Amino acid sequence: MDASTAFAGRRPPGRPPGRPYGRSLHRFANPGRFLRLAARVQPWLTWPALVFTLAGVVGGLFLSPADYPQGDAVRIMYIHVPCAVLAEGGFWGLAAASLLSVVWRHPLADLAAMEIGPVGATVTALCLATGSLWGRPTWGTYWVWDARLTSVLVLFFLYVGHMMLIRAFDDQERGYRAAAILALIGAFDLPIIKYSVNWWNTLHQPASITLTGAPTIAGSLLWPLALTMLGMGLGFAALVTARLRAAVMERRTRGLLGAQAAAA
Amino acid sequence: MTDLPYIIGSYVLVAAGAVGLAIFTSLRLGRAKARLQAVDKRAESRREGLQ
Repeated sequence: MDASTAFAGRRPPGRPPGRPYGRSLHRFANPGRFLRLAARVQPWLTWPALVFTLAGVVGGLFLSPADYPQGDAVRIMYIHVPCAVLAEGGFWGLAAASLLSVVWRHPLADLAAMEIGPVGATVTALCLATGSLWGRPTWGTYWVWDARLTSVLVLFFLYVGHMMLIRAFDDQERGYRAAAILALIGAFDLPIIKYSVNWWNTLHQPASITLTGAPTIAGSLLWPLALTMLGMGLGFAALVTARLRAAVMERRTRGLLGAQAAAA
Repeated sequence: MTDLPYIIGSYVLVAAGAVGLAIFTSLRLGRAKARLQAVDKRAESRREGLQ
């Protein structure tokens, strides 16, 4: 079995080989091509991730001023907000991979969803933990069952459920399909998280940074946040890329071993 | 500075999570690479033997 046929079993029945369902979409389905590209991209994600995160953390801890009402507790924002953005962004990625899997049967989509899950779950857990540690000095409590906090907790359970479901079946294809459906349904939690602070009366404050309006944070507090968001975002992408490379290699190894066993 | 334990706790948690994920991922990647190379090599030597 060579690299180009390692994923042949994922082609939908009745579909001819070649370029039947979107050439550009399936350009990187070839594991050899994907591994070459990912190995080239990996250092461009990893090193800038370290540099930007470190610069943002130093700026946030030592160079930016304390907030007037919150004091130094505001410094937790520099790691809490990137975790929150990545928790949601990661699940958007998971849902997109699931859509690619369910609709177009892209051979790498299931692996991508499988590898995003644990990283996303970790980031969501860190978002909840750092939020809780920020809540104690600013709100006077570690936890309240308000809409924002509860909907992020639901997101964490969705990640964990996805990770369990994808590994729950003897037939791997059934696991991929069931987990993809869970991810697509679970994606409805994402707009609930975003608009929870507008729809309900919550202890959590509304968004300070939006895509459409000017930020309501002072520039002296904003620049370290921008650096940690960029750095941690690149770090998330680097981790998922590395995990995906490992998963593709493991799948190729299984394919080669299977072919060798069949030939013996 | 009464907020210091909360700040340190948050940064330590995030650092531990990031470092843990990075170590686990690089170990897995190294293992997968070594295993694939070994299996590839075995398949190649078998092909040469057949020829």
